Parts: sequence; structure tokens; C-alpha cells
Amino acid sequence: MFYIIGGVAVLSALIMVTNKKPVSAAMSLIVTMLCLSGMYVILDAHLIAALQIIVYAGAIMVLFLFVIMLLNIQEKEGRLSGHKIFLQFAWIMLVGYVFISMVKLIGGDSLPARVEGSINGFGTTKAVGEILFTDFLLPFEIASILLLAAIVGAVILAKAKVD
Amino acid sequence: MIADLIEAIAKILFVFGVNMGFFAPILGWVERKQSAVMQDRVGANRADIFGFTLIGLLHPLSDTIKLITKEDFIPAGANKLFHTLAPFISLTPALITFAVVPFGGQYEIFGRRINLVVADLDVGILFVFAFASLATYGTVLAGWSSNNNWSFLGGLRAAAQMLSYEVAMGLSIIGIIMVYGSLKLTEIGAMQTDFFKWGIFLQPIGFILFLTCAIAENKRAPFDIPEAETEIVAGYFTEYSSMKFIMFWMGEFLEMVTISGIITTLFLGAWHLPFISDERLLSLFGFAGPNGSIIMLMMANIATFFGKIIFMIWFQMTIRWTLPRFRYDQIMKLGWKIMLPISLINIFITGLVVLLK
Repeated sequence: MFYIIGGVAVLSALIMVTNKKPVSAAMSLIVTMLCLSGMYVILDAHLIAALQIIVYAGAIMVLFLFVIMLLNIQEKEGRLSGHKIFLQFAWIMLVGYVFISMVKLIGGDSLPARVEGSINGFGTTKAVGEILFTDFLLPFEIASILLLAAIVGAVILAKAKVD
Repeated sequence: MIADLIEAIAKILFVFGVNMGFFAPILGWVERKQSAVMQDRVGANRADIFGFTLIGLLHPLSDTIKLITKEDFIPAGANKLFHTLAPFISLTPALITFAVVPFGGQYEIFGRRINLVVADLDVGILFVFAFASLATYGTVLAGWSSNNNWSFLGGLRAAAQMLSYEVAMGLSIIGIIMVYGSLKLTEIGAMQTDFFKWGIFLQPIGFILFLTCAIAENKRAPFDIPEAETEIVAGYFTEYSSMKFIMFWMGEFLEMVTISGIITTLFLGAWHLPFISDERLLSLFGFAGPNGSIIMLMMANIATFFGKIIFMIWFQMTIRWTLPRFRYDQIMKLGWKIMLPISLINIFITGLVVLLK
């Protein structure tokens, strides 16, 4: 199951990067998002999976699509040469390799195996909420202040254009 | 194991059958008949088999035959992939979301515990929102891929409208989650045994907000600017014909059924009858033996649930044929400047009450 979802995710991500049409690229990004939420379901994190779909696939990508359509962005002329694509792939491979070796260096030689049955109630709404409002209260509040600042900034930017 | 599988398949077939086999075709007829009654007309009554018209009930059948045999037309310059994909994207979420809506409680028959819901998810209501938000793509892509300015305008309007009302819809439901303390639709339904503990009495503002937002999400009048016939032909599905056209209609009707199911579960006491508890019903059915009485109770609960759904569908149709269409700026103003603040205030007040209790 992991390999199916992972494969589709990687494939649609590649399509998203290489596709010239903005709408097709946005749609394949949505497929990637859905695959990621499938990954979360496999990891027993149902709440995160649902939120992933609501926030990214449901809200942010609709906005992306809306903007693409509203501005009517045309596809760029010409195609990427095979040489360039090959070079890009080589870079991606290199970055991926460096990342994997870094993880191995830092986190020891093996990733933790999946715990069957998992910690009681792991991934449920209750468990996530409890952890969020006890152990991780400070990062949670900082993140919310950051988002608030972003909202205020967006409003000010939009207002300056209207006036 | 085998029994579990049979139970799951039976439930899926039941939900699928009721939605696709009963509601999807019948609602087309209901809408035509209701609009006719409200406008003092006769309505659909011509389709007949050997002279029997059955008050127009044969129209869904003849409509289906007609639409299947029509030419499936893809306009020139349209994006073929997305043009074909869009109707499916708008139909699927409406069908999937019904999976988490419980159409009955839990029953113990012949030593087996039967939970009358296809998927009893922990995230419950969030699952509904997740897939409801995906329905936007069907509309937006349909509008964009048709290569038609009317469709395109409809798609843009739909994107803006659905995005705006999703926010207020998500917030309108938080009150009810706070009151019942659960995201599981089965648990919320099971808690509404007492008539005065129904969601509509505990969260009257939440009910009105959710109903309004749900109708806006479903793009039905008075919120039907994405298809506004008088302005932009038929909006996002102008360029659709044959079965793809009917898939948009089915998507709309099934979404209406799903919305009614969610409203019933959250606000109208789910499968419970008012003033008559399940124990009372059980003793009434006592003559059928222990298992028989539980089966009859189950039937009664399912019937109650679908009765409420039919009532809500009637209510939405009445709204649709009563109110005129809003203007675009009115819809935006209503969504952002009225619905959103009211739902925030609702959350605040509910929080205070829950805290002080």
C-alpha cells in the first residue's frame, strides 16, 4: 500500500514540476496532497489526514486554481530540452542522496520500526489535542501568532491597493 | 471475518442503493413536481407506459433513456481530460460523504453487534468537510475546461462562493462539537435521545448557519450564481451533454441528500423519534421475540432517519422555489460580513456556556 501511494505521489509531483500548463500542474499537486493524506492514514494519523485534505487540497489549492484562472496564466512557449531535464533529475537525486545520508548520520543507522497497535489512542483527535495543549502549548501559540501576523499583513497589503 | 465482510458489503450496498437507486432519480421528479405545485401548474405528467402516467413518476425513467442515448459532446478547444473528469469529481464526494453518516444506532442481533454506519471514523465530521471541499474542483474544472466564457464565469463564481462559505460552515459546526464533545457522528447521534437535547434546541443559531452554508456549498437557489440561467446561460455546465450533464444533476441531488443526512444527525436527533424512546419502542415490538423486536426497532430507526432526510429535502426545495437569486456581491457580503462573525460569536457563547456549566 505504501509503495502504491508513494509511487503515485512521486509521479504526480514529477508531473507537477515538468508540466507546462498551470492548471494541470495544480491538479497534479492536488493528487500529491491526497496521496500524502493517504500516507497519514497508513500511519494511523487520521486527524492529520483529514486536516491535510481540508487545508491543502480543499482550501489552499482551490485558491491557487482560482488565481491561475483569474489571471489566465498562459503556458510558456517552447519545451525544456532533454539535457536540461536530465540535469534537473541529477540534482534531485543528489539532494535526495545527501538528505538520506544526513538522516542516517544523525538518527543512527535505522529508522524506528512501526509499533503495532500503537500507543493508546495515537492519532485520534483527543490524543492530538491533548498533546497540542499541554506539551506543545508554546510552539502552538507561537504558530498561531505567526498566522495572525500573516493575516494582518495580507489585509494591510490588500487595503493599500484598494485605496 | 466473513460475517464482518458481508455486513460491510450489505451496508455499502444499502447506502449506495438508496442514494443512486432511490434519491438520485426520484428527486428530479420531486423537484419538478414541487416547483409545479408552488407555481400552480400541473408539472411533469406526460411520460406514460400504455397510458399509465403514475402522476409523472415515469419521467425519471424516460429522462435517463433520453440522456444515455444523446450524443456526448466535447466542445472544440476544450481540455478533454479535465472536461471528462469534472463530472466524476463533482459526483464522487457526494456519494463518499454518506459513508460516515449513521442511518441507525447499534443493535445486538443474534449475538452480533451491528453498527449502522458504513465507516465509523474517529474524525467523522472532518471527513465530511474534507470531501465536501473536494467537490469544488468538479465545478471549477468544468467551468475552466469547457473553453466557454459563460462556463468560465460560472466556474470562477463557484470557486469564490464555495471557498467563502466553507469557512463559515466549518465554524458553524464547532458549537455542536463543543456541546456534544465528539467528532464522531455516531456518538453525536446517540447522545440525542431526549427530544429537548436535539442539536436544533441546543444550537439554534448553528443550525441556521449550517443550513445556509450547506445550501450555498451545494450551489442551489438562492445561491445558484454559478449556474444563473438568466445571466450566464447555465454556468459551469453549459457545455455538457448526455450522461456527463446528468452527473452534475445527480451530484447536486445527492449532495442535498448528504446535507440532509448530516443535518439530521447533528441537529434533528438522528434516528430517534421525538418523545418515544428506543426502550419504549422495544417493549411495543415485544410480541416479535427478542431478536425480532430488535430487528423491528432497527427498521423503525432507519425509517425515522430517512423520514427526517426527506423532510429536510422538502425544506431545501421549498427554499429553492421561494427565494430569488442573490447578487454576487450580496453573497460575498452575507458570507464574510454576516455569517462568519455570527458563527464566531456563536462559538464564543457556546464556549462560555459549556465552561460555566
